[in-house]
Amino acid sequence: MTIKHLADHGAEVIHIESATRPELLRVTPPFRDRKPGLNRSAYNACLNNNKYGLSLDMNHPRAGEVLRRLIDWADIVAESFAPGTMARWGMAYEDLVKIKPDIIMYSTSQQGQTGPRAKIAAYGTQLVSLSGFTQLTGWPDREPTGPYGPYTDTIAPPLGAVAIMAALIYRHRTGKGTHIDLSQLEAGIFFLSPVMLDYTVNKRITQREGNRCPHGAPHGVYPCRGNDRWCAIAVFSNEEWQRLCQVMGQPELAQDPRFSTLLQRKKTEEELDHIISEWTSSLAAEKCMYLLQQAGIAAGVAQTNQDVQNDPQLAHRHFFWELDHAEIGKHSYEAPPFKLSKTPAELNKAGPCVGEDTEYVCTKMLGIPDELFVELLLQGVFE
Amino acid sequence: MGEKVNSTLSPYRVLDLTDEKGFLAGRILADLGADVIKVERPGGNPTRNIGPFYHDIPDPERSFFWFAYNTNKRGITLNLECNEGRELFRRLVGTTDIVIESCAPGYMKSLGLGYDDLSRLKTDVILTSITPFGQTGPYCDFKASDLTAWCMGGMAYISGEPERAPVRVSFPQSYLHAGAAAATGILVALYYRELTGEGQWVDVSMQEAVVRTLMNARMFWDLNGIVLKRAGVFRTGLSTAANQRLIWRCRDGYVNFPIFGGAQGAPTNAALVRWMEEEGMGDEYLGRMNWEKFDMGEATQEQFDCLEHPISRFFERHTVGELYQGSIERGIMLYPVYSAKEIYQDIQLKAREFWEGVYHPELDERLIYPGSFVQFLGERPKIYRRAPLIGEHNEEVYGELGFSREDLVIRKETGII
Repeated sequence: MTIKHLADHGAEVIHIESATRPELLRVTPPFRDRKPGLNRSAYNACLNNNKYGLSLDMNHPRAGEVLRRLIDWADIVAESFAPGTMARWGMAYEDLVKIKPDIIMYSTSQQGQTGPRAKIAAYGTQLVSLSGFTQLTGWPDREPTGPYGPYTDTIAPPLGAVAIMAALIYRHRTGKGTHIDLSQLEAGIFFLSPVMLDYTVNKRITQREGNRCPHGAPHGVYPCRGNDRWCAIAVFSNEEWQRLCQVMGQPELAQDPRFSTLLQRKKTEEELDHIISEWTSSLAAEKCMYLLQQAGIAAGVAQTNQDVQNDPQLAHRHFFWELDHAEIGKHSYEAPPFKLSKTPAELNKAGPCVGEDTEYVCTKMLGIPDELFVELLLQGVFE
Repeated sequence: MGEKVNSTLSPYRVLDLTDEKGFLAGRILADLGADVIKVERPGGNPTRNIGPFYHDIPDPERSFFWFAYNTNKRGITLNLECNEGRELFRRLVGTTDIVIESCAPGYMKSLGLGYDDLSRLKTDVILTSITPFGQTGPYCDFKASDLTAWCMGGMAYISGEPERAPVRVSFPQSYLHAGAAAATGILVALYYRELTGEGQWVDVSMQEAVVRTLMNARMFWDLNGIVLKRAGVFRTGLSTAANQRLIWRCRDGYVNFPIFGGAQGAPTNAALVRWMEEEGMGDEYLGRMNWEKFDMGEATQEQFDCLEHPISRFFERHTVGELYQGSIERGIMLYPVYSAKEIYQDIQLKAREFWEGVYHPELDERLIYPGSFVQFLGERPKIYRRAPLIGEHNEEVYGELGFSREDLVIRKETGII
């Protein structure tokens, strides 16, 4: 996902995998027609648009002949293996600089390249718990649930992209490369810094509190008409509260001293939520959102994945791009969450099948002569 | 003394006009050496009133949200609502490389400070605008907060308990994803500027930043027409045949342990079974399981229940610490559900020198912060100054424009700064 930011903006990216040891995303759903297959996962494809797919057996005795050329070709080498793995392959930073002194190496790992826990395997679905997000998500009277999925996997990429771009700028000015070490654990905690300060300074352990917010009331996700339809409403000021009462058609509520200030509303929050829910339950979630937005109140439908895919705002922004994948067929990819006015992202190549571009990469990009390529191919270097 | 990659952005000056939607962007740039000047309205940014607070003192100079994400920045006050204030801003832009703002779409333009205006003042300026939904479009004028953005981005619906409302993380995340997205856009624009000398406008959408955290959830609809649902302590997004528990209760807390299938899961599951057997808590069904063949996408609910009951009993016998330590020793992919306390005590973070003491002169105290987010060649960018007090660097910054102290007093009294 980190490198996708670069690929989306025009970098030439060679994505290196092994067909015999496929990466986890290739065996993770959703699959086209719900049939698993290394080249049927949209999860893998969508994160790897605009990249060339090279299949390489890193343990093959002749892999080095290809690797050397790759390093020579590359400005940046990005890897997310368990720390120590690249060194075993003779591809530690110290090795790479011998081939390319100004190489920029980007290493991302769960807990960083150094330290007693560096080599312990994990995925984002677990790191989300180590970094504190699981405990902070859910209801106070229930077990912690965490946010959906490998959440910490979504924090490191923009930070990693920033670090890589900074390294490129550095190299442009000084001619020097660098080695970037991004720990997903540290990146995750970066997104919880005030929570950590509350502990280190105030000795307080922040608890999960559903959708409550200390400086807002009403503040929650309220049930709407239909099956499992909800609308979030966030009121922070007394003026917003007044307007909400008007929209709900309950002006007497606006005069009720039980709710007139934020302080009061925090004390009567349960009753407040009940009153709001009664009103929202009669409305479609979208209608609720529109009515409140017209009154200048922050409100938003709790969108499903279907809602997101069909969202008119995202359509207006051309956030989704349809690309034609060799095995999946046409499916939807995501643009970056920002648009540059002069050099916007362009999504122009679907995620590669395993080794889809091996021949092109080797012969056209790396300049491996045809006979040598065939020789390496027959010896199983590209498996 | 050679230039260091850690501070490679030091040639750049940034004017940071943002509210909570954008603090993080400036913080990231500041960590990498940029001179980031936080611009607040006279009296201070309202976000300073958001807790938690230092020793629970509700004071605009005591907010941890403010501290955490405005560290490494200088601070000035400026009133853009008046002509003189805007004139001052224009003069500042003359020596600025990047402007970051999070006003409603069209607002800066209405002040005569839109991209066209700013690029006339400085042709290579990079303007970054962070809004809930982007500069244009049917929702562009919608108000948003962390919770509503988390909902509109699709994350809330798939987080939490099935029988309860969609839920957010109890510490605002949407703003930070928007800020991180902005920083990425700025760096791409900056690199382009290094090569061509040209600036441009970066248009950031908080909703889109949240959508990018959905990972494979969105694709379930696109590919298979499946509306993914929240599943509580169970995993979702892997199999629609069964609920697979992810969060397990243990003696003094919770642990995170997914029963993976196939080649990834086999060693870790087998190692757990061995551990259980060593403690006399083995189980026939578990003992017979061929983990390599176990397909978590195809397994039935009944099969998962048979696996989960004995494992659950085993976990409940042990503390989080015992399970984590034992898992590390035995190569089991099990992780603790940490809170802030355990995170702070974690040996890995301590070994990586992650925690940094930052001195606050007005508190006469060194507060412990999480360090910066990355290392270059083994070195982490430093926190070299705490977040600014309101107008703390007015004299310094406006002094560069030639203003004396008396000039500033007048402007303060007349509400310009």
